Amino acid sequence: MRRMLRALLAAAIVAAAFGATAALAVTFRFADQGDALSMDPHALNESLQLSVMGNVYEPLVGRGKKLELVPILATSWKQTAPTVWRFVLRKDVKFHDGTPFTADDVIFNYERAKSESSDMKTYVAPIKEIKKIDDLTIDVVTSEPFPILPDTIGFWYMMSKSWCEKNNAKEPVDVRKGKENAATLKANGTGPFMLKSREPGIRTIFVPNPRYWTKVESNITEAVFTPIGNAATRVAALVSGDIDMMEPVPLQDIEKVSANASLKLLQGPELRTIFLGMDQSRDELLYSSVKGKNPFKDKRVRQAFYQAIDENAIAKTVMRGAATPTALMVAPGINGFVKEQNTRLPYDTATAKKLLADAGYPNGFEVGMNCPNDRYVNDAQICQAVAAMLARIDVKVNLMVETKATYFPKILSRETSFYLLGWTPASYDAHNPIFALLMSPGPSGRGQFNLGSYANKRIDELGPQIASELDQKKRDAMIAEVFKIHSDEVGHLPLHQQALAWGMKKNVDLVQLADNINLLKWVVVK
Amino acid sequence: MTSVASQTRLARWWDGDLAYGFRRSPVAIVSALVLAVCLVAALFAPWIAPHNPFDLATLNLTDALAPPHGMAGARPEYLLGTDDQGRDVLSAIMFGTRISLLVGVAAVALSVMLGVSLGLVSGYGGGRLDAFIMRAADVQLSFPAILIALLIDGVARAVLPRGAHGDVALVVLIVAIGVSNWPTYARTVRSSTLVEKGKEYVQAARVIGITPAAILFRHLLPNVLGPVLVLATINIATAIVLEATLSFLGVGVPPTRPSLGTLIRVGNDFLFSGEWWITIFPGAALVILVLAINLLGDWLRDALNPKLK
Repeated sequence: MRRMLRALLAAAIVAAAFGATAALAVTFRFADQGDALSMDPHALNESLQLSVMGNVYEPLVGRGKKLELVPILATSWKQTAPTVWRFVLRKDVKFHDGTPFTADDVIFNYERAKSESSDMKTYVAPIKEIKKIDDLTIDVVTSEPFPILPDTIGFWYMMSKSWCEKNNAKEPVDVRKGKENAATLKANGTGPFMLKSREPGIRTIFVPNPRYWTKVESNITEAVFTPIGNAATRVAALVSGDIDMMEPVPLQDIEKVSANASLKLLQGPELRTIFLGMDQSRDELLYSSVKGKNPFKDKRVRQAFYQAIDENAIAKTVMRGAATPTALMVAPGINGFVKEQNTRLPYDTATAKKLLADAGYPNGFEVGMNCPNDRYVNDAQICQAVAAMLARIDVKVNLMVETKATYFPKILSRETSFYLLGWTPASYDAHNPIFALLMSPGPSGRGQFNLGSYANKRIDELGPQIASELDQKKRDAMIAEVFKIHSDEVGHLPLHQQALAWGMKKNVDLVQLADNINLLKWVVVK
Repeated sequence: MTSVASQTRLARWWDGDLAYGFRRSPVAIVSALVLAVCLVAALFAPWIAPHNPFDLATLNLTDALAPPHGMAGARPEYLLGTDDQGRDVLSAIMFGTRISLLVGVAAVALSVMLGVSLGLVSGYGGGRLDAFIMRAADVQLSFPAILIALLIDGVARAVLPRGAHGDVALVVLIVAIGVSNWPTYARTVRSSTLVEKGKEYVQAARVIGITPAAILFRHLLPNVLGPVLVLATINIATAIVLEATLSFLGVGVPPTRPSLGTLIRVGNDFLFSGEWWITIFPGAALVILVLAINLLGDWLRDALNPKLK
């Protein structure tokens, strides 16, 4: 009996010792409904991709906990001439492979982000050239005066020039053409975390960067990112304790998660606007029963679609109230949002039917619609609801719902007639969506995400002026004019701003940014 | 006992051992009845279902997520409640069963056609052709059926012209499942053919100068069909489950025309939130359907097995 007690005691001591070492290692396991499509920070301009890569790579100027500008790889910046911004770079910053970060890397990243296969062209589009003054000083020259430049480059991440050259990754991975390189699976940034291993679609593991240039709040020693596409499985993983944090919490499970004593829910309005786009440039739609012409070129058809969609019902039922219907392509909180302009055309099936008949489609028509099923909150359900509503004005929607890994390459190469997309202005300013979504597609990233090629001459004129105008009043007036034209012409069909809902264990502390970015450097596990 | 295998005509069945056995087996009778109910509900869905869930114009979001009868907030017109899009669950099950049964039966018919022809040719021809067909079957059997089906679906998506995929999704699904299942039939038929081809009636037919094709399909086929029939009934169930799996993975039919599998997948998201009826009812329907077919297949296998007599 005594021997047994002794053995038990020994076992307890061993267990305690193990427990102690386990307490030192803090693993943070987090999940999302999708995965980053590659480890290349210039390959896809999408929030999740940028959020995940933001732990490994860093911009010159970033955002703090309240979305204020904070110096990251640049310590200071000032305008030395109307078209020149001088950035002083941080000293003694090293990439994960040990090479120092210098002005040459910034110039290299400018070229890389500008190149053909880059998805980040809109970020560097205003920049004409970057001049190296010395190793740690650069002059960024813009083609026009660009007073908001520091606000707009928060997701332009810096890679190592020598690493990219050595690893044959000088050009970004191209998700559209299936072009891959070393940066698909490997990463070498300056960020607070290093990529330890990457298994696409399964797990991505990060460990802290011991050489990081400053101390971070986070106490985690390892972070494991897992995509869990199925909503119920994601909730089950959180409830059972398999993961420490996940987003989005499916709307139907918000109550369950907030009622659970060991979990907490972090909710907040998101800056992302969900909208539908229509191909307005081809003379014949790729996917439609109408041959020889493009019905979406007719404003009446676009307006008919708009008024046939009962957005309030979508917000109430599909989104379970966690969405704010919108008439604008920007959310409240974005510079340039005007409350008075945010009035939706009324939901009115009779008017919609009449508009469609006036346009020459009294019996409706068929159109193919593309929709992701793992990108935005309840995206596939929104599309189904839209399809059902359009059926009431005799428009037959052939819905193609797929995972974002196949969805984005398809719609980014404009292989679509009618699609759903969400947009968060990375600069928190209306110029960004105007430039990327409303201006007609053009050189250096203009209209890069205007996937239906909506075009208006006046908007194309106003765009550059908004970028360079210094007088806030004049600038706001021009932004308002753009949104008015866009609403009058029904260039897109804005739906709503979704709400953020992150679920996590009670012992996790983190910062929820309104642009749905979750940075590990602020994650503390108690 | 060869007479059992040769008695394949319906009329002779009815007076024969098989029908007698059927009448004596409660399991078989109940399964057949359940299957008949499922079949009628599915086949006549457009006429007897209370709503048409495929007609998008009739869906109304304000009807969404109504609970089934007997629960607080239930709506009289929706017996089993509605799903997140306002589809009547009962009607969706009936229409979904239609798709599931169609896919199941058509896919099995395709694999039977492929498998039986290849098995006959392989067994009767022998030699290199036999070796080739059987090795091909071996190779395919080494992959899980679902992988083959995914591969075929992927290829079809890449090859078919733009926009066509939506229209032919069902056909692709049938072909994918059908092709992924032929080796089992080919093997079974080949082994039966090897046994049969040495028998006197085949030699007699050959002696009087009947062409090999006629021997294969007029003389051998009826005698090797027994086991195939059993396999086919069981495989209909497998095919339905495979379709459910494929739809669950999102490569099946479009979400606006849900099959049973799609319904279950969609409903799965609501399991935790208390809206259990969206997934439980279609799930139960699938279980009942598959169980009935399987039990019937089991009984058929036993009834046709001379060793159990």
